[in-house]
Amino acid sequence: MGLTSQSTGAVVLGGELTLERTCEEKIIALGGNPNVGKSTVFNSLTGLNQHTGNWPGKTVSNAQGKCRHKDTNFILVDVPGTYSLMSSSEEEEIARDFICFGNPDITVIVTDATCLERNLNLVLQTLEITSEVVVCVNLLDEAKRKKISINLERLSDLLGVPVIGTSARSNKGLNLLMDAVYDVTNKTKKNHPVKITYEEPIEDAIALLEPSLKQLLSDKLNSRWVALKLLDGDGTIIAALNRHLKVDLMSSENIKLKLNEAKDKLKEAGIGKEYLSDKIVSQIVSMAETMGKEVITYDNPVYNQMDRKIDRVLTSKIFGIPLMIALLGIVFWITITGANYPSSLIADFLFWVESRLTVFCQWIGVPSWVNGLFVTGIFRTLAWVISVMLPPMAIFFPLFTLLEDLGYLPRVAFNLDNYFKKACAHGKQALTMCMGFGCNAAGIIGCRIIDSPREKLIAMITNNFVPCNGRFPTLIAIITMFFVGTAVGPFQSIVSALMLTGVIVLGVSMTLLISKLLSKTILKGLPSSFTLELPPYRKPQVGKVIVRSIFDRTLFVLFRAVIIAAPAGVILWLMANIQVGDLSLLSHCAAFLDPFASLIGLDGYILMAFILGFPANEIVVPIIIMSYMAAGSMLELDDLTQLRELLVSNGWTWLTAVCTMLFSLMHWPCGTTCLTIKKESGSWKWTALSFLIPTLCGITICFIVANTVRLLGLV
Amino acid sequence: MNDNLIPLNRLPIGRKAKVKTLTSNGMNRRRMLDLGLISETEVEALQKSPSGDPIAYQIRGAVIALRSEESSKILVEVQ
Repeated sequence: MGLTSQSTGAVVLGGELTLERTCEEKIIALGGNPNVGKSTVFNSLTGLNQHTGNWPGKTVSNAQGKCRHKDTNFILVDVPGTYSLMSSSEEEEIARDFICFGNPDITVIVTDATCLERNLNLVLQTLEITSEVVVCVNLLDEAKRKKISINLERLSDLLGVPVIGTSARSNKGLNLLMDAVYDVTNKTKKNHPVKITYEEPIEDAIALLEPSLKQLLSDKLNSRWVALKLLDGDGTIIAALNRHLKVDLMSSENIKLKLNEAKDKLKEAGIGKEYLSDKIVSQIVSMAETMGKEVITYDNPVYNQMDRKIDRVLTSKIFGIPLMIALLGIVFWITITGANYPSSLIADFLFWVESRLTVFCQWIGVPSWVNGLFVTGIFRTLAWVISVMLPPMAIFFPLFTLLEDLGYLPRVAFNLDNYFKKACAHGKQALTMCMGFGCNAAGIIGCRIIDSPREKLIAMITNNFVPCNGRFPTLIAIITMFFVGTAVGPFQSIVSALMLTGVIVLGVSMTLLISKLLSKTILKGLPSSFTLELPPYRKPQVGKVIVRSIFDRTLFVLFRAVIIAAPAGVILWLMANIQVGDLSLLSHCAAFLDPFASLIGLDGYILMAFILGFPANEIVVPIIIMSYMAAGSMLELDDLTQLRELLVSNGWTWLTAVCTMLFSLMHWPCGTTCLTIKKESGSWKWTALSFLIPTLCGITICFIVANTVRLLGLV
Repeated sequence: MNDNLIPLNRLPIGRKAKVKTLTSNGMNRRRMLDLGLISETEVEALQKSPSGDPIAYQIRGAVIALRSEESSKILVEVQ
């Protein structure tokens, strides 16, 4: 759901590992399990608004920020949140590769104090790779609330690296954390990390293999760890070494020889491949267990009772799904009810400014085309974008972020999983779908959390069936203008909220239906393995949520819309004012599209708005309004209440509104999303399909709805 | 084979059990071990999803939902 420039694909897309840095700058790799407040630590240290989230895979590629502590500049790299470095999903590989080959001066592992034992697994796996580690035990405030206490000094003794307790949300302990980081990177304190030892035959095999690896790798990578990976038969490490260090282990006869020798010895000792593989994982798990027992005290054994009670309601057989839909409906109701009034206020103000600008232009005597291009063209389009988009976004995004912050979204995935399974899709698709509500491009990048290529493609192709940031306001605007309109009553807004909820439910159903169709046709296969963590509910920080969603999302989306709307305003104004024959270019284009558009319940102007909206869906409604106004049916609008009249006078009926909403839900993905699909799938074929499938669905459904309604004579 | 062993997906809600054997292999097996489901680990069945599958389990302090495809391959001894 992140809408940082990073998650929308503007910055690092791949797992590029080489960073620009000056020699004085030190690199901190910030790792940790998902949902441990890693991004909060990152934000607090760098002051960046890296979006924090509540499910695995939020940080899908490495985000960077800078901070200064004492006399040293640090570059922080936010590594994808993972539970492990060896299950080899794409994000685990990115995380592992950054720690191994990104040359970080230090790796900080952020852990959750309320769930420390599980987090220690990753800490120990990291310590197996590198000794330059500082452990940050975050969420101490939450732990205190749950009466869980952690003996940090003892843990530090056991691990052999500094362990610092923090409550990053209230900025507590971060200075101490940076002190520890400073000490380790400046070598004023040396770490002596605990060694994870295995039973004798395994240790013997490592000892046999390690020296020749050390020769080849020198100090570039921990040779003991590489030896263990080779014995385990982990091919990805060989490929990664080749890629990042240009070291080809398998070209060394000596290593091949030693590896075979070591494997033979293991076999002699009765240690088979599977046993070894199990042992490599379970040794660390049991070590984490032992350490956990020693340092964690639960003063309230039923500390998570409350969460279980909430879960029993929110995911219950009877209430789970109705509650989910009701929550969505309530969010929409608040948005629609709340957005109406400020929208009018902003519109009034901006159109007052417009009239002043025109007066000003006349006063200084600029040619009328200048006034037309800049005031009627650019300014008016921008005014529409802001007044139609800003209020719903400013209400909807904080509400949605609040649900996200509470930890509700993983429960959505839990509730819906069976449907995805039946559609032969991956369970995590529910999460990438939720990310799509924020931004489809972010949702597409999020699909990296899905391992199986088949299921990843399904998730990517169907992501567009949930409306993103850009399309929500379109839907809300149409509902507000057309169905709430002038007569605002409590009943009206409830109906509107129900309509919008219906649209979303339809979008989700289409996602499932198309996923199933794809699984049965061009992307045949069975659903793959799936595990989902249901993180503890967290008290959301209302203030931060509002600030964050306004800055991260609302202003970001608005800015994007404004950037695209300005040139679109110019094009529109030109099209409306260049006469070909006795009609404007705009009318010609609309007339050309009209026959097809009316077949699917739209008109030429609406379809043209969708086409012009390809760079950003946000501007569809403003373009519709502008085209109608430019086409001359009504030149001045005093406030938003007249929008309905404008639409009706241009032939809109409730059917037009419904079809426009359906088409907005189901048409081609925006330009950014298409580019992201190309980049992620690496294939034009899948990009084209992702373009065509929702478009064809939209055309078909609009056609059926429009013509059924017309046949029945309902309009 | 021990008669007391049942697949995890048949563990009644609210009951605890100890992991005895994993019958899966390859990547799946590693994922389960990585979750901490090694031999003798205590798990508790917490909550079914609305359609009955997946089921959420308490595993080493974390709540993890598993589909029946995965949980049926974890044999546990009910306590």
